[in-house]
Amino acid sequence: MERRAVFKSRWLPYALIAPQVLLVFTFFYWPTGAALVWAFTLEQPWGGGSAFVGFDNFAAVFGDPLYWASVGRSVFFAASATTLAMGVALLLALFTDRQLSGYRAYRFVTIWPYAVAAPAAGLAFRFIFASEAGILAFLNQISPGLWNPSMNGNQAMLTIVVCYSWKYVSYNFIFLLAGLQAIPRALVEAGAMDGAGVLRRMRDIQLPLLQPTFFFLLVINLTESFVDSFGIVDIMTGGGPAKATNLMVYKIYFDGFKGLDYSGAAAQSIVLMVLVMALTFVQFRFIERRVHYR
Amino acid sequence: MIERTPILNAVTHVILLSGVVLAVLPLWLVFVASTLTLAEVNAVPMPMLPGGAFWDNVAEAWSRARLETKLLNSLTMAIGVTIGKVVLAALTAFAIVFFQFRVRMIVFWGIFVTLMLPLEVRIVPTYAVAANVLSPYQTLLNAVRIGELWHWITGTELALEWNLLNSYTGLVLPLVATATGTFLYRQFFMTIPEELVESAKMDGAGPLRFMWDMLLPLSKTNMAALATIMFIYAWNQYLWPLLVTTDPSYETAVTALQRLTPMSASTGGGTPDWNVAMAAALLVMLPPLLLVIFMQRWFVRGLIAQDK
Repeated sequence: MERRAVFKSRWLPYALIAPQVLLVFTFFYWPTGAALVWAFTLEQPWGGGSAFVGFDNFAAVFGDPLYWASVGRSVFFAASATTLAMGVALLLALFTDRQLSGYRAYRFVTIWPYAVAAPAAGLAFRFIFASEAGILAFLNQISPGLWNPSMNGNQAMLTIVVCYSWKYVSYNFIFLLAGLQAIPRALVEAGAMDGAGVLRRMRDIQLPLLQPTFFFLLVINLTESFVDSFGIVDIMTGGGPAKATNLMVYKIYFDGFKGLDYSGAAAQSIVLMVLVMALTFVQFRFIERRVHYR
Repeated sequence: MIERTPILNAVTHVILLSGVVLAVLPLWLVFVASTLTLAEVNAVPMPMLPGGAFWDNVAEAWSRARLETKLLNSLTMAIGVTIGKVVLAALTAFAIVFFQFRVRMIVFWGIFVTLMLPLEVRIVPTYAVAANVLSPYQTLLNAVRIGELWHWITGTELALEWNLLNSYTGLVLPLVATATGTFLYRQFFMTIPEELVESAKMDGAGPLRFMWDMLLPLSKTNMAALATIMFIYAWNQYLWPLLVTTDPSYETAVTALQRLTPMSASTGGGTPDWNVAMAAALLVMLPPLLLVIFMQRWFVRGLIAQDK
């Protein structure tokens, strides 16, 4: 969209954009370029700079069963956390939108978890789900060893999924409720006049019209669960036990900063980057569709 | 809607109440645990009502994690990032919407693409840049042989260095660029009627005057919304502060939580003092929580506006 009324200046627009452009170049594009370079080179062990090695780093990453295990866990985490966070949020949003008495209070409280820092939530849930204290410790009194997320990988995965979803339910809830409120009231009322009950209207009017918001959120949730899970994993499980919660983003951090394998970490970063780009691309396809709906 | 659906209404309240319980229960448990003594917090089942040791636990967590420094660091970082984002996004969007210049669309898309480059996927090289922010420019200068020219003229090596590790600048600067903020402003600036710009120009206002006296007052609500979101975002940052600060006097409160995580008894850490850890967690989660509680409207508006 072009505007007719524009200011004219030879230097001012450049001065205005300069700070942000410099930051974006220095902290976004340069590191991304560096990641690309590192992914295709290998530092010589006894100095002498780095040598171009083609796709060797990627071959090493893809040939590593530990990497595929971490990909599998990330996909499982993304799928289950997204399902849980979106399912619960959708249920709450649909019923909040009925606007029964007190719905403002429900709405108000339901959005709180989003404000909690992921690591603080992680620490809280680590306590809540601890094996020797917290609310599930009674399981171990019934049968010792029944519940121990610090030893049992599946239980550890469960705890990070629950913690992550807890935070994202409120995020999704805000968007879904806004989406529902954007549906013209007249449509829902017309449905009611035609004798459609509350649940029927949800199914046949509100849910179809909510679809664009829903798909938009679905992609956001998948993307975020791949990249935003770091804090929760680091505080709750540290990738353990026995790498059962070693998600892709945590593995990059670990290989890069603890293992000092820059080339391997860079190759993994590129894979994750491609994944995020693909998801973002899909997302903007859906945003375009959303504009047409309205 | 006027309908008589008593059963469904009851079901609705049950569903929404369980939502509220799910949202609040973890927060309640954190609060309760932070008020218990060491023996009480490790009792099975744990008490559901607060005890009397709250201030002891807070004092213990406070001194053990040096929270006065950490909370102050968090506040400094969050305010720095918030102001940086609110100001830079406004300047960039202003230039993009109200000026016609050659690289306009390139800048717009260049900022747009950063949405696909979250910190987590470029973390190792970003850390390398933070160790010397000028290294990209050094590399560029060397590539065009300016380094050699410099050496030839002055006889010294051209070595640009600016280390951001363990500094407030390092905590703030890499997080300030914002695509979502820029779009938020751009979207709003596009709704400004052209007549307003025309009349401002007719009255002799230059671009800066127009921005300061007309645009900024009009964007107050957007700014408040953006600032709320960004403050919470910055306060809750974890990965970046974790990497960029190794000196405890620059650590933020959120990263300090890691040090307070008790070892479980099974891995040889003695009786875990969850009461102290929860007191610290409570203090760390409180500022953004209060912000959401008191600025709910701005928070929701800012969040929703981001996706448009």
